[in-house]
Amino acid sequence: MRKILVVLLVLLMVGCQKEEKLMIATTTSLDNSGLLAYLLPHFEEETGVKISVVAVGTGAALELGRNKDADILLVHAKEQEIEFVESGYGEKRADIMYNDFIFVGAEKIDSTNLTETLNFIKDNLEFYSRGDNSGTHMKELSLWDSIDYTPSGDWYKETGQSMGSTLNMANLAGGYTFTDRGTYLSMIDNLDLVIAYENTVELLNQYGVIKVTDAENSKVAEEFYNWILTSEAKELVSAFRKYNEQLFYVE
Amino acid sequence: MNEILEIVLLSLFVSGTATVIAALIGIPSGIFLSISNFAGKKSVKRVIFTLMSLPPVVLGLIVLLIISNEGPLGGLNLLFTAKAIIIAQTLLILPIITGNIITSTEELSVKLIDTVKTLGGKKKDIIKLIMLETKPFIITAIILGFSRAISEVGAVILVGGNIKGSTRVMTGYITLNTSMGNRNESLIMGGILLVIAFIVNSLLERYRYENN
Repeated sequence: MRKILVVLLVLLMVGCQKEEKLMIATTTSLDNSGLLAYLLPHFEEETGVKISVVAVGTGAALELGRNKDADILLVHAKEQEIEFVESGYGEKRADIMYNDFIFVGAEKIDSTNLTETLNFIKDNLEFYSRGDNSGTHMKELSLWDSIDYTPSGDWYKETGQSMGSTLNMANLAGGYTFTDRGTYLSMIDNLDLVIAYENTVELLNQYGVIKVTDAENSKVAEEFYNWILTSEAKELVSAFRKYNEQLFYVE
Repeated sequence: MNEILEIVLLSLFVSGTATVIAALIGIPSGIFLSISNFAGKKSVKRVIFTLMSLPPVVLGLIVLLIISNEGPLGGLNLLFTAKAIIIAQTLLILPIITGNIITSTEELSVKLIDTVKTLGGKKKDIIKLIMLETKPFIITAIILGFSRAISEVGAVILVGGNIKGSTRVMTGYITLNTSMGNRNESLIMGGILLVIAFIVNSLLERYRYENN
């Protein structure tokens, strides 16, 4: 019996050692979109690397990178990402793809531009903000900032929760929220929310890849960083569809 | 600091209220169940003990369905309010308090009933005597209930919404800050929660051994 256990243990250790690993920290929105489940197996097949994905908020993803608990970060808060690299936590960073953010709610907002939309929301509607320093929350705050307004009051609810939970809350309470298109589309069957305002140019959602400095799996991380920027990977990203809609666009 | 104080006070208010309500219902029901004999008593006890292991998130979901706009209590506008959290926490700890009272008083009750009956006492006297004799167990059940209520996360966030300034309690704050990568803030609030639990325990513990 003991011999069998020893043999099993040795086999297990050999099995573990043979496989190269890569730890990716990403945002919940990207994970919810289904892109990674579609894209990453291509890299795994080509290289034999086993990828683990941790989906958290952008803030937490950067923190995982700082502690070297992740090798690669796929996030969407460009300013913070550049700061992250400049502070020495990231070895390098590149844009990989983009899509857009949208306002969603019970009905379409009758407006022609972003300023009008924001003013209409703050004067008339109940708004659910992520309030969690995520990439989406940062973007939303920058919008209010663009009309020199600091949101506060009973109409402005900071949920401190994921995009999915916040969409559900807005849905249940008849409120409005700001979301990336991908998460909204992935939940559309369970939501009565419609697109209230959209404009890809104003509401750009830029995703970037960061290789963490002195990553634990540095060699594989380098391989992945180069791979995701190849035209082959970019074609895969462009070909990804959800409800017949293209979700991500490459540079 | 102000925000943290507000969150701590809200947590104390919400979980304190839930504990009081659950204790007012759970203690008498528990004692009643341990001293009376009726058909189906075993089944009732089994249901209570089963409810003790109901996943809080499932309980939260049920409360959410009841109080959301299309639910039976939708008209009361309870969704994403502190009241919703109190409801969820009360329902969460009610079986815990009741079940604990039953297990701790049952054996003692049988002996007491015999004694009181021999002395010619009535059911009213039995309940009074049991309340007195089992005070330490009742206090323990209350401590358990309060600790469970104030440390609950899933159900609370689901029905309360973790909204800043209105329904964000200590555990919601910890969850949010952990997801934001603010580990220090989370640990500090975790420490505050432990200190509160310690104080509540100490206070009740003192009361428990008074007059005994």
